[in-house]
Amino acid sequence: MPETLLFYVLSGLAVGASALVIGQRNPMYSVLLLIVSFAALAGLYITLDAPFVAMAQMIIYAGAIMVLFLFVVMLLNAPQEDAAEWDRTHPLRRPGVARIGIVLAVLLVAELGWALAKVASLEGAVGGNADGAAIASVREMGRVLFTQYSFAFEATSVLILVAMIGAVVLARREGDA
Amino acid sequence: MDLRLLIQFLIIFAAFFMLVNASAVLVLAERKVMGFMQQRYGPYLVGPHGMLQPFADILKLLMKEELRPKGADKWLFTLAPILAVTTAFAAFATVPFGGETTFFGLLDQPVKLGAADVNVGVLVIFAITSMGVYGIVLAGWSSNSKYALFGGLRASAQMISYELSYATALAAVIMLAGSMSVREVVDSQAGTWFGVLPKWYIFLQPVGFIIYFIAGIAETNRAPFDFPEAEQELVAGFNTEYSSVRFALFPQAEYINMVTVAAVATDLYLGGWHGLLPFYTPLDPLIEQWNIGWLVFFAKIGGILFFYIWMRWTVPRYRYDQLMKFGWKYLFPASVINLLVTAAMVLYFNA
Repeated sequence: MPETLLFYVLSGLAVGASALVIGQRNPMYSVLLLIVSFAALAGLYITLDAPFVAMAQMIIYAGAIMVLFLFVVMLLNAPQEDAAEWDRTHPLRRPGVARIGIVLAVLLVAELGWALAKVASLEGAVGGNADGAAIASVREMGRVLFTQYSFAFEATSVLILVAMIGAVVLARREGDA
Repeated sequence: MDLRLLIQFLIIFAAFFMLVNASAVLVLAERKVMGFMQQRYGPYLVGPHGMLQPFADILKLLMKEELRPKGADKWLFTLAPILAVTTAFAAFATVPFGGETTFFGLLDQPVKLGAADVNVGVLVIFAITSMGVYGIVLAGWSSNSKYALFGGLRASAQMISYELSYATALAAVIMLAGSMSVREVVDSQAGTWFGVLPKWYIFLQPVGFIIYFIAGIAETNRAPFDFPEAEQELVAGFNTEYSSVRFALFPQAEYINMVTVAAVATDLYLGGWHGLLPFYTPLDPLIEQWNIGWLVFFAKIGGILFFYIWMRWTVPRYRYDQLMKFGWKYLFPASVINLLVTAAMVLYFNA
């Protein structure tokens, strides 16, 4: 029972913080709330008997990546997000891009509702994790990662490499060596 | 209440109390050692030989007026010091500071000294330490001051750069021990080689220890890497606008972080509570017999902390670009090579 309570508290924190991330005018607060959300996710991983994943989440996302985010926000020193002209009008009267965004948001909510309806009972989804013990062992996780999921693992690393090269190409000014 | 639970609570409280006091004692120790190195007495007026100076310091800090700059961010300005000191305390949670002991026969069954024993303990310490940078960065940003902002920026850049080497050095030890539980790492260092050399990982990982120590100094923002608070360049760096209790929390967090770095170094490289000196002495079996390994542990921490202070008053501060160059071009490649060589050796000798 305490595990279920913990699940609701942590997931509530994660969802609430994530919602507030996009609701903030100040990018600094958004970054901090995102860290809260990541920390809550790490807590959820711990309740799923995956302490290694939880700590990797804390070190990589909450620790390293968000510090870089914070660094960029501080360097730009943007106290307020620029509010566009149409920002204060009714959501349905905004230009095309915003409308597509709204459609996608509605779709996402519908999908989430559908997925939750498919799960017979939430209790079962929280407690009964069959391969939780396997994830707990780092050795086992490494083995699975480099055998069973090696293709997905390599594909992800290539994807990240491509994104990195893309960022370098985009950021490079004309005329630089 | 269950007696074991009560004892565990007492141990946790003792660890907390120890850290609170360590920061006060270290301030005095720093000034005394500095005085000793500069051939003067240091603080001498409050109490015998100035031993009560920490009380005077704390009282002074508490009585000061608490100021907040007009343009400062109300919430983050207060949150930053709290965050810094909380992460500093929390990082010590998975650091064990002694084997099983009965406290000279006081308890009928032995207890393990340490707040929590987690099977990914090393990662927990690392994760929480890496949260500590937010306190400093937010302090710099929320002060609405150029000097403080520069201090915060430097802190984040420095900590990201040195965290990599720090983690890579730790990974080599994890591979040698085959476990991420700090207690298991310590206990795998029990015993001696050829009856002379204790099985400490510093002898297997000399390069790793040096990398860990340098990165640890950079992580705790101590001289010669104290750029976030370089006086000559940034007034006082990220804490320029702070006063009173809010200011006091920053040095406290720094000293607690120093203790944590020293404790982790003792646990992972210097055998923790196994063996007093880096060679076999007849005292070692007695320590095991009397169960006073935790005293040995604190003696080792004290030695490392003295070295820390010694460094501060001996080595001049680097230049900022030198710091970055050293971190990325020398320290990080060295730690990666160290990790690869260690991995190859572990594979070769275990196969």
